Amino acid sequence: MESSRRTTEAVFRDHAAFVLATLIRRLGDFDLAEDALQDAFTRALERWPDSGVPTNPAGWLIKTGYHKAIDRLRRDSNFRSKQNEIRLHLPDQMEPEVSDDDDMLPDDRLKLVFTACHPALAREARVALTLRTVGGLSTKAIANAFLVPEKTMAQRLVRAKRKIRLAGIPYQVPEPHRLAERLEGVLSVIYLIFNEGYLASEGPELHRSALSLEALRLARLVCELLPKEPEAWGLLAMMLLHDSRREARISAEGELITLEEQDRSRWNHAQIREGIAALEVASALGASGPYQIQAAIATLHARARRPEETDWGGIVTLYDGLLTLTDSPIVSLNRAAAVGMHSGAEAGLAELARLDEEPTLIHHHLFHAARADFHRRARRSLEAEAAYVEALRYVVNPREKAFLKRRLASCRGTITPDSL
Amino acid sequence: MQYAMLIYDEDGSRPEPPTEAFKEMMAGYFALSEEVQANGMFQAGAGLQGVDAATTVRVRGGKIATTDGPYAETKEQLGGFYLLECKDLDEAIEYAAKIPTAAFGCIEIRPVMVYDQT
Repeated sequence: MESSRRTTEAVFRDHAAFVLATLIRRLGDFDLAEDALQDAFTRALERWPDSGVPTNPAGWLIKTGYHKAIDRLRRDSNFRSKQNEIRLHLPDQMEPEVSDDDDMLPDDRLKLVFTACHPALAREARVALTLRTVGGLSTKAIANAFLVPEKTMAQRLVRAKRKIRLAGIPYQVPEPHRLAERLEGVLSVIYLIFNEGYLASEGPELHRSALSLEALRLARLVCELLPKEPEAWGLLAMMLLHDSRREARISAEGELITLEEQDRSRWNHAQIREGIAALEVASALGASGPYQIQAAIATLHARARRPEETDWGGIVTLYDGLLTLTDSPIVSLNRAAAVGMHSGAEAGLAELARLDEEPTLIHHHLFHAARADFHRRARRSLEAEAAYVEALRYVVNPREKAFLKRRLASCRGTITPDSL
Repeated sequence: MQYAMLIYDEDGSRPEPPTEAFKEMMAGYFALSEEVQANGMFQAGAGLQGVDAATTVRVRGGKIATTDGPYAETKEQLGGFYLLECKDLDEAIEYAAKIPTAAFGCIEIRPVMVYDQT
């Protein structure tokens, strides 16, 4: 019984976004469609263990959900006015009813993706709505992952859906001439979800890695639905390559391990191959955007069997290219660090000195940590110490903090409980 | 749906006559107004005199209290508006982006409230 429940749950989750996307189109209402999806799931839990999973589970769930929604509306005392509302939203209400053995259902998931990531919604609302509707995660799971109370997350979702309704945010794929800029917005939501899982400092590790996995799943979906968009493949490639180091980048004690010190045999090599293949798809499609360049940088790291074999010259060139596309101080910082690895600590420090006036960098721990690292490599422990102290003033993430403290202690020559 | 497009800009940021930039901006406004009147989207619209001509009125305790100037001294001020009938927010955003002031000021899009008579 338990295993049939799990089968039902797994099949349901695989089809949830597709079913929800179709129900929103047919019902013209996010909330009603979400309730209908839940009703259909409850019904599936009752029926499937006896009858078996239907041949077309999505069709079955859509049909069941649709009928449940109509039942809900009939029970509603405002049925008449609700019905009018629904007609308003539903030009295609006359479409023939789906049958559960129809294999040719139109795919509305792309509409759902673009609506959930609509730029008129607040950024955190986009993230929450995408995870809830496209990802099919529960409100509780999203709240846990973002370390906010469930009630807060529920309110965020309610407000987002209210804005969609009141502002008239359409349920559609953008016009071709807006597709590129709107896709950029979708990809940045997915990347945000990924980073929340990958870089976050707090919270149960399990919930966090679930977010990164979810971001990979979303990126794969976008690549499946828009297979000719190079940056979608670029983002997928970049995330696969970064995530391939997940196991190796945190020590058993929970401390951050730098790329240089990581045990490269612990990298996920199957995932590296998948990432490189995704980047090849992207490159074959044409113009290289920021995600593709970052994926290419990650590829050069992934290809080096030992840190000394890293093609730092190639990485500097790629950062030069990235800088022409994004004018980001963090990219300049990374480029300066790569120059130092390629041409030596003094060259790296000279590059960093050129960024000395950058207001976003002087209060950033990574800027001081990079300076500290090059002084350390040049064996100037006093300068390194001062820079580590400065970096520790600005660092927030406890893992990075522990790492910087360890470095500081080692350049003071002693590791005492006091210095930790 | 009807959307109000509220046009804001900062004093001194808009091109002044007799510059080329001013002529270009005005030509942009005329072209847009013509377009939305021809395609039936136009419901209303106006450009407003500057805030130095504004008077703010409040009624407190049954008495009228007027003050000189706009209700709030912000850097960006309401300079005019369009009221357009649009299919949805995406269409409203497309038209807001066509308003010449969007290039140096900003446009706030507000859906018009529909009062249910039943």
